[in-house]
Amino acid sequence: MSHQILQYILSGLSTGAIYSLIGIGFAIIYNSTGIINFAQGEFVMLGGIMTWFFLSVFQLPLIAAMVLAIALSTAVGVLFERLTIRPLRNASPLILVIITIGASILIRGMAMLIWGKDTHSLPMFTGSEPLTVAGATLLPQHLWIFGITLFIIAVNRFYFHHSISGKAMRACSHNRRAAGLVGIDVKRMVLFSFAISSALGSVAGIITAPLTMTSYDVGIMLGLKGFCAAIIGGMSSGIATVVGGLLLGVLESLGAGMVSSGYKDAIAFIILLLILVIRPQGLFKKAETERV
Amino acid sequence: MVKKTADGLILLATLLILSTGTVFAAPPIKIGGLFSVTGPASFLGEPERNTAQMVADQINAAGGIKGRKVELIAYDTQGDATKAVQAATRLVKEGVVAIIGPSTTGDSMAVIPVVERAKIPLISCAAGIKITEPVKPWVFKTAQNDYLAVARIYEDLVQRKMTRVALLTVSDSFGSSGREQLKALASRYKITIVSDDTYGPKDTDMTPQLTKIRSGQAQALICWGTNPGPAIVTRNARQLSLKIPLYMSHGVSSKKFIALAGDASEGIVLPSGRVLVADLLPKSDKQKKSLLAFVQEYQKRFKAEGDHFGGHAWDAMMLLKGAMERGGATPAAIRAQLEKTRNFAGIGGVFNFSPTDHSGLTKDAFVLVQVKGKDWVLVK
Repeated sequence: MSHQILQYILSGLSTGAIYSLIGIGFAIIYNSTGIINFAQGEFVMLGGIMTWFFLSVFQLPLIAAMVLAIALSTAVGVLFERLTIRPLRNASPLILVIITIGASILIRGMAMLIWGKDTHSLPMFTGSEPLTVAGATLLPQHLWIFGITLFIIAVNRFYFHHSISGKAMRACSHNRRAAGLVGIDVKRMVLFSFAISSALGSVAGIITAPLTMTSYDVGIMLGLKGFCAAIIGGMSSGIATVVGGLLLGVLESLGAGMVSSGYKDAIAFIILLLILVIRPQGLFKKAETERV
Repeated sequence: MVKKTADGLILLATLLILSTGTVFAAPPIKIGGLFSVTGPASFLGEPERNTAQMVADQINAAGGIKGRKVELIAYDTQGDATKAVQAATRLVKEGVVAIIGPSTTGDSMAVIPVVERAKIPLISCAAGIKITEPVKPWVFKTAQNDYLAVARIYEDLVQRKMTRVALLTVSDSFGSSGREQLKALASRYKITIVSDDTYGPKDTDMTPQLTKIRSGQAQALICWGTNPGPAIVTRNARQLSLKIPLYMSHGVSSKKFIALAGDASEGIVLPSGRVLVADLLPKSDKQKKSLLAFVQEYQKRFKAEGDHFGGHAWDAMMLLKGAMERGGATPAAIRAQLEKTRNFAGIGGVFNFSPTDHSGLTKDAFVLVQVKGKDWVLVK
């Protein structure tokens, strides 16, 4: 039984790590613009599917394909901000949120036209022989997922706390007008936030595709799960969202294994509803006054 | 009254033209098609639409049916029952003599009242058992019933002296229909279902379910779904070094499954229509000629592997062609002739329709295949 539980937890942590990365993407954009970017899941899809595309159609080496995919997804994110969010910066957040939903449908539709409806698989980064850890099994790819997620979280933390532009972005999230008054280019920070979160999303898509495969429509569900993670974490772009994602992944996996697999997605959305109703500020944050 | 007389006159005129041969350029025979070319069931509708058009073109290239060309009018149902009904109504207004499709069981059930009212034969390409049971006079189907595939798997289990199975089915209509049949037929083969799990169509990790199954009493695992879920299950099972044999459904019987599941797919057994292994079949196989004709033509035209979904449309078109050649191109004559079809060796199997059987296939429609060396081989 303990082997089983360890297996559930390990599986849950690896899925949860992906949710965390996507959740952080949600949080970064929310903090700089006040909108929820529902196109976040599509960057996950773009990362995975473009890596496959460069790998199998252009026969590029894996590393080059990944770098290109991240660069192009980031470019799509920047373009998205330039074409939809910036021209409408005076619109209400609700309108902008609806625009992100529209953009996600557009991106998904274009991906379907360009790359077709088939599912594609990526090769594992290193080998496919399972490793045994105290009776539970892992693939080398899981270690890559944990490692890359940890690395990104560390870099993220360093950026937001120890670099000028990161600090400027945090300033914007606390008070846009004040940040503008002290000479921070708020528009540029918004652009940065889109670039960073689309890059994060695409990385999540790439490291998970060798396990879960990818197709034009993988973004919807992953996006929603990442959104759950961000809500649990109270829209923090730091460790709280990471814990939120891991918690979600582990609960899903334990629920599927020990209660009933039929309720797997229900678990995520029940948590989402509970958090929104009971602790809208997130699981870990003290209630605070309105931010603006 | 006037309209009825007019209809009668038109019918008479058509018959006259038909009987006098092709002196006049006869109007084309309109055949309706309802396929879910886009939407969640596009993996069914797209090959079906392609195949139906391919067969229509072939018939026309060979001079048509008794000198009349056929014209396929195909609409996309998007896997949506409301759109299917609208499209069926439009087809009836356009005066089609028969309708092929729809691709899914839901769409098919929705359009049945429309064709029954209009008295136009429908040859569905969906697998659901409800479509032809109870028998409806105007409704036929070409896709094999799910229970035929279940029976094939259970027979193999009995032969290998296994009695305890675990189920892992996808929570969509394909999976729940399979799950129903797996549970319904278990007792007949003295098989006990020791665990019954599901996964979502968009799930990306099935290790929790498989971990549970691994620690249970099952001697074999049956997974019922369409790509990519079963490929993930296969990879997860490999990761957990699940020792029991893994059976899949005919929902993944294409090379695509092997490509997605990779090395982990080695040794997996599943029931499949013969189209997957057309070139491996013995010469004596009744279906071999049809299968090779379909596979080669599809490859030539669409640069893709012809699968059994396209095969459902091929069978439907060929059954129609046969019925019209024997009885003429009116809905009533087509219906009567379809019901009299015997020993038609198509893609899905050898069809024998009768007034009490409008699905026409037996479990011989499926063969068991296994993945060996990244390809399919027949299980003896």
